[in-house]
Amino acid sequence: MLSASDYAAIWLTLKLAGVTTIILLLIGTPLAWWLARTRSRWKGLIGAVVALPLVLPPTVIGFYLLVLMGPEGSIGQFTQWAGLGLLPFTFGGLVVASVIYSLPFVVQPIQNAFETLGDQPLEAAATLGARPLDTFFTVALPLARPGVLTATVLGFAHTVGEFGVVLMIGGNIPDKTRVVSVQLYDHVEALEYVEAHWLAGGLVLFSFLVLAALYTLNPGQSSRR
Amino acid sequence: MAYFRYFRIALSSILAWITIAQADEVHVAVGANFASPMKLIAAEFEKETGHKIVLSYGTVGKFYAQIKNGAPFEVLVSSDQETPDKLVADGLALETTRRTYAIGRLVLWSAKPGFVDPNGEVLKKGEFRHLAIANPKLAVYGAAAQETLKRMGLWETLAPRIVQAENITQAHQFVASGNAELGFVALSQVIDRDGRINTGSHWLVPADLYPRLRQDVIVLARGRHNPAAAALVDYLVGSKARAIIKSYGYGLE
Amino acid sequence: MSIEARFQLAYPGFTLDVDLCLPSRGITAIFGRSGSGKTTLLRAIAGLERVLRGRLVFEGEVWQDVNFFLPTHRRALGYVFQEANLFPHLSVQANLAYGKKRRRSQSDLEPIVELLGISHLLGRMPERLSGGERQRVAIARALLANPRLLLMDEPLAALDAERRNEILPYLESLHDELKIPVLYVSHAADEVARLADHLVVLEGGRVVAAGPLAATLASADLPIRFGEDAGVVLVARVAERDPRWHLARLVLAGGTALWVRDDGHPVGKTLRVRVLARDVSLAHKANEPSESSILNRLRVTVRELRPDSHPALALALLEADGQPLLARLTRRSAAEMKLEPGIMAWAQVKAVAVLG
Repeated sequence: MLSASDYAAIWLTLKLAGVTTIILLLIGTPLAWWLARTRSRWKGLIGAVVALPLVLPPTVIGFYLLVLMGPEGSIGQFTQWAGLGLLPFTFGGLVVASVIYSLPFVVQPIQNAFETLGDQPLEAAATLGARPLDTFFTVALPLARPGVLTATVLGFAHTVGEFGVVLMIGGNIPDKTRVVSVQLYDHVEALEYVEAHWLAGGLVLFSFLVLAALYTLNPGQSSRR
Repeated sequence: MAYFRYFRIALSSILAWITIAQADEVHVAVGANFASPMKLIAAEFEKETGHKIVLSYGTVGKFYAQIKNGAPFEVLVSSDQETPDKLVADGLALETTRRTYAIGRLVLWSAKPGFVDPNGEVLKKGEFRHLAIANPKLAVYGAAAQETLKRMGLWETLAPRIVQAENITQAHQFVASGNAELGFVALSQVIDRDGRINTGSHWLVPADLYPRLRQDVIVLARGRHNPAAAALVDYLVGSKARAIIKSYGYGLE
Repeated sequence: MSIEARFQLAYPGFTLDVDLCLPSRGITAIFGRSGSGKTTLLRAIAGLERVLRGRLVFEGEVWQDVNFFLPTHRRALGYVFQEANLFPHLSVQANLAYGKKRRRSQSDLEPIVELLGISHLLGRMPERLSGGERQRVAIARALLANPRLLLMDEPLAALDAERRNEILPYLESLHDELKIPVLYVSHAADEVARLADHLVVLEGGRVVAAGPLAATLASADLPIRFGEDAGVVLVARVAERDPRWHLARLVLAGGTALWVRDDGHPVGKTLRVRVLARDVSLAHKANEPSESSILNRLRVTVRELRPDSHPALALALLEADGQPLLARLTRRSAAEMKLEPGIMAWAQVKAVAVLG
């Protein structure tokens, strides 16, 4: 069965995924909007950077984050200058890493939703006197709701399942950085297969339920033309 | 149809190549901390005997799970004694072939020069944010670090500042990148080929502060009939290998 | 007061080069084939298309000039799109309120909703509306935002004939009620004839004709562009109703009378009628009006003869007491009748469409 430290890891994981998802939506939505609407020649470049975590092995991202967020790294120097200290081995560090790692899972569905929106509803809003920001909140965002929902679920689920990055910069500290995936790995490595099965089973069940809910409630992009 | 013929030819040549290659090959699983010396030793061994060695590196716990599930390893160069014990109990390794080839040495190391004093007093002063160790549950060097801190009476006080790495390699990364100011690592990780530690600062932990880190090599059930497997074990405890092992900072029996 | 619009734009394969002065009253139709640039012109006026070289002054208010561009949401206009373009996530009521709220419009919902016959639809979502209903809601939505200029981009083009006929009467009543200028893009000659007061004809991104509807329709080489629909639109007054034959006598500005079917319009009412060139035939002056099934025979002067779209045909521009008329005939007939500018003839009008 699950031990106290398993429960602590589960709680920490949910907290991490929740905070990460909120931050991702706040950052990812404007970014997706820009990517969907811009004609800038930087679009391809920025889009590629956002998508990088999809193809890079998590341990590689984790290693570079460890170096960048360390005392000699540029992020580390910045956070020290800003009086935040160093990020590795802290909850905040995990949040930063998770945000970077899960970014494409949030940006891409929202970007797709904004792209399928087309110009028409936005133009209609403009001719009715709505400012661009007003249009964004009253027309674009409500119409992109299926995409935002998908992004929320994927961002959350992906953060829950994240392992390699956390392993590299977490330091496995109970209640701070020891999330479910690391706890599970420890069980497996320590040959505690029974405990591992419980956690792994829970993780599989959770992921399945989340994805099933997503695909049931949101079957494809709704047709609106 | 032409494609199908090509496919058959390709398949049969691959199979032929695999069978031929297997004849004088030995598959070896090596604990990650011993990767560098093992490469040198394997090269020497191949030169002298004509056998071919295929090396895989990883944590010993992972190898155990893999071997139990049919991994094709013939020799395990372990970083502990417990794993060979368990494999013997499971009937997956040959007790008679078992040898201790090296004894691990623990060192408290910092990437910053002058940070660690020669007597380890820095641990008592506690002027640091993070102390990196390998996971005591998973890695023998982690268990040794935990034991050292306990014997020094510091385990309880320092616990909040300890960051655990999954293995000794990662513990070294934590310290080398400066994210942890200091940490317990394997001497073999920081020693240079001249036999000295030339980067940062360190304290060689006295051998009486932790149990001996005996590292055993053993022939696995799959290597029973491979003469190259037995030859490798012999070679590993021979004088040429011992010199290499010693130069990496390991103790010898 | 008027609308001054000057735009120059060049894409590969498409240019727009217009310099227009449009009246600030009534409906101005912008007519042309697809690809002629009419929608682009309308979008440029709305500020939806950013034409770099342009100047737009609306009733003395500069909307665009060198180094100045008033964004769409700050232009006091209403825009009706070809496909109604309602917000799918909002109810009809909320769609109507969207622009009203943002422009702080004082317009009452009631009369406009009433006028367009959509009061029973307020609670519905757009996906539950028919094409015609959607377009009516879109028009109401644009009007409720209190525009000073209404732009309509082929609002009927996406509808089938039945739906068009359902909406046209609403547009006609708009024509009577609205106090603001309307720019109406269309490629359908009958819509133009029924609704427009002024006409701008675009071809290849250039203005080929512009002016009051009747004069423009009959002028220059325009009729050819209308093909089968070539004809004139005239304004007439109901002078007399004959209950015995169910006919009504209409009198044109110059005094010429036309008998038409009595559709119940009261005596004294001003109507718009359309006479197509193919419904007008000519008889020589010498052949004085004789027995014929044709009711309307008018004395006309031939003003001009022009080649038509087919080499066998010619268009004759006629004048009846100062009113323009067009007749389509074969060039052979024209030659046999020795038609030429200045001679008198009898025009027999086979059909007159009363547009209301």
